[in-house]
Amino acid sequence: MSVPVRKFDAVIVGAGGAGLRAAIQLSEAGLKTAVLSKVFPTRSHTVAAQGGVAASLGNSEEDHWHWHMYDTVKGSDWLGDQDAIEFMCRKANEVVVELEHYGMPFDRTDAGKIYQRPFGGHMSNFGEKPVRRSCAAADRTGHAMLHAMYQRNVKVNTQFFVEWMALDLVRDEEGAVVGVTAMEMETSEIVMFHAKAVLFATGGAGRIFHSSTNAFINTGDGVGMAARAGIPLEDMEFWQFHPTGVAGAGVLITEGVRGEGGILRNSDKERFMERYAPNAKDLASRDVVSRAMVTEINEGRGCGPNKDHVLLDITHLPPETILKRLPGIREIAIQFAGVDPIKEPIPVVPTCHYQMGGIPTNYNGEVVVPSATSKSEVVSGFYAAGECACASVHGANRLGTNSLLDLLVFGKSAGESMVDFIKSQPAAHRPLPANACDFTLSRVDRLNNQRGGANVHEARLAMQRAMQKHCGVFRFKKLLEEGVQQISEIAGQVAQTEIADKSRVFNTARLEALELDNLIEVAKATMVSANARTESRGAHVRDDAPDTTERPNGRDDQNWLKHTLWFREGNRLDYKPVNLKPLSVETIALKKRAY
Amino acid sequence: MANRTVRFSIYRYDPDKDEKPYMQDLTVELEPTDRKLLDALVRIKAMDDSLSFRRSCREGVCGSDAMNINGKNGLACLIEIDSLTWPITLRPLPGLPVVRDLIVDMTQFFKQYHSITPYLVNNDPPPERERLQSPEEREELDGLYECILCACCSTSCPSFWWNPDKFVGPAGLLAAYRFLADTRDQATSERLDNLEDPYRLFRCHTIMNCVDVCPKGLNPTRAISNIKDMMVRRAV
Repeated sequence: MSVPVRKFDAVIVGAGGAGLRAAIQLSEAGLKTAVLSKVFPTRSHTVAAQGGVAASLGNSEEDHWHWHMYDTVKGSDWLGDQDAIEFMCRKANEVVVELEHYGMPFDRTDAGKIYQRPFGGHMSNFGEKPVRRSCAAADRTGHAMLHAMYQRNVKVNTQFFVEWMALDLVRDEEGAVVGVTAMEMETSEIVMFHAKAVLFATGGAGRIFHSSTNAFINTGDGVGMAARAGIPLEDMEFWQFHPTGVAGAGVLITEGVRGEGGILRNSDKERFMERYAPNAKDLASRDVVSRAMVTEINEGRGCGPNKDHVLLDITHLPPETILKRLPGIREIAIQFAGVDPIKEPIPVVPTCHYQMGGIPTNYNGEVVVPSATSKSEVVSGFYAAGECACASVHGANRLGTNSLLDLLVFGKSAGESMVDFIKSQPAAHRPLPANACDFTLSRVDRLNNQRGGANVHEARLAMQRAMQKHCGVFRFKKLLEEGVQQISEIAGQVAQTEIADKSRVFNTARLEALELDNLIEVAKATMVSANARTESRGAHVRDDAPDTTERPNGRDDQNWLKHTLWFREGNRLDYKPVNLKPLSVETIALKKRAY
Repeated sequence: MANRTVRFSIYRYDPDKDEKPYMQDLTVELEPTDRKLLDALVRIKAMDDSLSFRRSCREGVCGSDAMNINGKNGLACLIEIDSLTWPITLRPLPGLPVVRDLIVDMTQFFKQYHSITPYLVNNDPPPERERLQSPEEREELDGLYECILCACCSTSCPSFWWNPDKFVGPAGLLAAYRFLADTRDQATSERLDNLEDPYRLFRCHTIMNCVDVCPKGLNPTRAISNIKDMMVRRAV
């Protein structure tokens, strides 16, 4: 069967923050670029980001990129690569100011500058006290940012393929990336996008968990495609559980609520974070706050009839502040928790939120994999940025507001790298391998013709429940071992999913089955990597790696100060060293993490 | 709350197999945790995977799941199931071609949005830092920038139904005013020229359906009247 081929200089998969930021670079450089997205660009999940984007602009008080860098390294529990972290923190002011120039409606200070609020883990003077670093547009920063970047792309005439789902990454005999296969959702037509460079900006895969702040579309498509194409996945055991998802609904309540003065309380109405983080209190790092909350609940101090959540209290804030700075949160609380936060506290519970790991890249956005001669060899023509990538700036735990910064900085740097790469290439594309589309066609054929297979909804639910139970906020050796087994069994079912709907027109059943193929790769990588890492670090905390004097917080730098690499082939693990050497400053030395 | 059984009547049309659209009556047993209409749709889809609708964020910010719910446009993820009378009647957004079931072709809607130069125009060389804007100037954008392009408003507007190719529609005009109201934008006169036409702006007859249905509580009619005021002011 022949598949139509379309040629571009560059193909970007995903039109959220990272994809749109990269597209601006490519379009401005005059390169022929296709941006593929499962949804209209402004429906990408960046739209749901609330609290802000970090930059040491210092608009309200003194700040410095070096302090931001320190906080990010500490937040990462030293698993972040210090070269990439320095790069990101130094670039922050530039990319945020660019957004303002694109028209982003940031809130303003009385002096007319970008408004900044405090956020968890962001401190002045190397960890001293909270600093106002998060640049915000009310509590709709992601929405304002995504729309501003989409609008900029309209201005620079970027070509979008809206409601196209990328299916597989295509590499040639030498391993170079030469394009992707994709399906037009409305017609089910499969097309080969032949490109000199491909960027994955496909976001996270938070939907592997049952309780998640993530959108339905966050199915790890880029991560799954990369894994199927032989690219290892880095640090997939590290998942962020956001402290404040609405209990029951999972919808996100920004940390900006605590930045504006919100307080977490247990059933005794106690401000319990004072016991866990005497200095930063409610603005400690997310992993620390989530664990404190679960501990409170486990020790019987949870709230509600089932004592299964805690309360986020802002009733002491002036109603004007809530209406001006947190209007979207008030809407969400009324809609999804049935409470008006001006009068009543919001029931919240830690909820899966962000994937720290992903496709391994360097700070130029180039994908890097181990080879015979190097632990980090560049894959020719392949780039990744945003949540699907692992640069690695977030290490074992991401700071709030660093995700929007990540997608701006690395979206831009990946875009720049692609421009340079494409301009250095010969005019003709590398030829496509003869069997370029066979793998995709066989996957889709298998799905269309499957009889007596597993139900997509049920297999997905089984995966989500297994991840939730076996790989949550606190992890247990025994549960992890069982989890590896369970996910492997569910993967067997996913390989044989069956759909009843065979229509060619906007077949969402087929799309969900193809998404599940990606989710399951992420679930496998997560479970296997988590089971193997026998220490506690950042968001990964195990019962058999407790806090001791030799190993503070259960962290084992002697054996585990290294990045995990999971390979789909053989379900195998490898490791590579953490880069502790920044670009221009001294190494931020290892020490015990406390807030 | 106990499990409850709810009756639905849903517009179904798959051009791949159906000669014409029909309304499908069905009942579904909901779990106590199913609060929003989208929860029920996901529940139905688990039983019948052919039911087609768009959805993503499930919290009212992405604008994917707009549909006509008991005769009124809204977002499935924000509407309480228990606020609706039975059978809950779901149709695609009115006035746009149906692709399949509850999925409409939004080409015309986005074409109108793109027609209003939906980006900031400022031809001065960009300064090293942010352009300054006072909190009061920034406040002018409140109620404008929050639009999620769900199309509930434009597809509830009779003027847009009659002239979707000529009338910009409430969503596009709200976006137009968002840039007119921005102190950083320098294209005021071009923007007004672009709308000075018997159809593009002036087909709004202040029916105000747009205000009634906007899931974000925005007021496109007011934005439209502000644009008309700007036109009058520049004429005198």
